[in-house]
Amino acid sequence: MLSKKEKELIADIWESLTPVAEDIGADALLRMFASYPGTKTYFSHLDISPRSAHLLSHGKKIVLAIAEGAQDIGQLTVTLAPLQTLHAYQLRIDPTNFKLFSHCMLVALACHMGEDFTPVAHAAMDKYLSAFAAVLSEKYR
Amino acid sequence: MVEWTECERATIKDIFAKLDYDSVGPAALSRCLVVYPWTQRYFSKFGNLYNAAAIMGNPNVAKHGKIILHDLERGVKNMDNLKETYADLSVLHSEKLHVDPDNFKLISDCLTIVVASRMGKAFTGEVQAALQKFLAAVVSALGRQYH
Repeated sequence: MLSKKEKELIADIWESLTPVAEDIGADALLRMFASYPGTKTYFSHLDISPRSAHLLSHGKKIVLAIAEGAQDIGQLTVTLAPLQTLHAYQLRIDPTNFKLFSHCMLVALACHMGEDFTPVAHAAMDKYLSAFAAVLSEKYR
Repeated sequence: MVEWTECERATIKDIFAKLDYDSVGPAALSRCLVVYPWTQRYFSKFGNLYNAAAIMGNPNVAKHGKIILHDLERGVKNMDNLKETYADLSVLHSEKLHVDPDNFKLISDCLTIVVASRMGKAFTGEVQAALQKFLAAVVSALGRQYH
């Protein structure tokens, strides 16, 4: 459950990260590939080497979607409807991978924000990313 | 037994050589109690854990956080023998403290985040993977004596 304060905090953080969306996104993806090599199987059709165009563009897409959701967390199911369909019927990424990505996103945020990634911000962000992942997998079955 | 590459060994030793144990330990434990509040169930004797500020300032939490980090150092010095190194602690957590071993992963994730925020860009994907592998091995050793 996210409090009003937590929602505001999350919206602020993601708004401030939008200018560096591709860096944060690519960083999180690379961390995931390094720690959980099985996740690379979903990217066999792309060049996911560090700083590759595919990695940057994909990282950017993911972060911008997370940032968009953060602007109105109460409406996640509406905002994510097209992505729900995409993930359920086309991409069919096993949802356990969302947890792995979320963890790596938290690590990326910690590296980027340093001391500003306080325990309170961390807690709020973890809750938001869990909610995001849950909504994303709603149409799976 | 876990197989370590030379690179992983060097990375783990390097991380811990550069850590301020007395700062990182308390930061990791208090973060765990804030991010995963249900873990507070094991710390009812620690005093005021009412909110994030109270947790971060609690001297019992800080003291325990330092103990945890110093105990992790034992693992760094005995990477090829983690099961024996942590056998006693495993028994303690199981039989005396009754800690659900799933909690070990939670604090290990919080420690990873604290190390990340201290190391910044130096905490690359490869460094993260090595640390996570080490912490997972420690977590596994800590769960070994549960029955």
